[in-house]
Amino acid sequence: MKSVTKAYQPISWPTKGAGGDTGSWRTHRPVVDSHICNKCQLCWVYCPEAVIERHEITIDYRYCKGCGVCAVECPTGAISMEKEE
Amino acid sequence: MTTSIKKLPDFEQVLSGNGACGGCPSTMALRIVGKALGPNAIMLLTPSCAVASMGMTPKLAYNWPCINVTFATAGSSASGITHALEIMKEKGRLQGELPTVFSWVGDGGTYDIGFQALSAAAERNDNMIHFCYNNEAYSNTGVQRSGATPRGSFTTTTPTGKRQPKKNMTRLMLEHNIPYVATATVAYPGDLYDKVIKAKSIPGMKYIEILAPCYLGWQFDMPETVKMSRMAVRSGAWLLWEAENGRISFNSPSSLIISGKREAEPVNEYVMRQGRFTRLFKSAAAESRIAEMQADIDCEIAFMRERAKITT
Repeated sequence: MKSVTKAYQPISWPTKGAGGDTGSWRTHRPVVDSHICNKCQLCWVYCPEAVIERHEITIDYRYCKGCGVCAVECPTGAISMEKEE
Repeated sequence: MTTSIKKLPDFEQVLSGNGACGGCPSTMALRIVGKALGPNAIMLLTPSCAVASMGMTPKLAYNWPCINVTFATAGSSASGITHALEIMKEKGRLQGELPTVFSWVGDGGTYDIGFQALSAAAERNDNMIHFCYNNEAYSNTGVQRSGATPRGSFTTTTPTGKRQPKKNMTRLMLEHNIPYVATATVAYPGDLYDKVIKAKSIPGMKYIEILAPCYLGWQFDMPETVKMSRMAVRSGAWLLWEAENGRISFNSPSSLIISGKREAEPVNEYVMRQGRFTRLFKSAAAESRIAEMQADIDCEIAFMRERAKITT
């Protein structure tokens, strides 16, 4: 008879990209103009996806869904949404 | 004074590449909550968008142990876990600080389906935090009417606009006499962070409700999630307050509206931007129905102003 002693453990582990490469959902890409940016970090705090690096304000395009919240909230207008090729 | 954005911690509890829609207010708020709670926590989820955005097995987008429970049991499951943890600590099987038990539940799992279990957990004063991210409809299943849907709002089950006002859940929880009740929204992350930090330090049942403008359900443009949340607060449709042991204090900018230093913006502007109210504007009785909505908001502001004067 087959043994039923199976080790139970959590079957999911925290990893980036749990929903796949979500960058492919994007229709518009946020582009940061580092000359205008004053590093206020508002885009970082409002990003629902946690793809913006806090100090350098760089965006991880692999997972950015292109929602555009950062561009609307940017007080200096340093982030613009450009149409994806 | 609220915590400045630059002082928020660096670590992320919500990982990139989750399954939520772009511009989702739930992950936006959960990120801030995660920064306040830290990694030592246990998360409970009832069926909601938050479960759909967890990602696909064997990957998980939230950096906590997550338990998916049935719809009606957010309160009772969290109670069970807190009691188990306390007993494990007593027996010496668990060292160090006890993890924070919190449930991350939508408005359906709080207002309607999960109310009984939540009310009972509040009555027992179990040591947990219940977060309700309120997007004012059952958005996960395609926008059906819930107890949190405001008057006049279009959903798939109220095609001509809801006729009844929304249930006031925060006030109901306040009257349960629990140690901490607060409201927050995604546009004010410093305020939300402070409230979660405070809730974490208080033993007993804590309830925090977060207004989460869902662009799909509310039918506005995707980038305007934060803007809509800010407009809700400025028009007085959502009031920011916290109550420690029944003592209510208002947070800026709602405190200015309550004290009369700033006039609440008319509801028209807030309502006009949302597609879920457009049918209302086209109907013959548009003016009277908008007046009804404005009356609901004014009534709530007046009530809360007087309720805050009662300190027991």
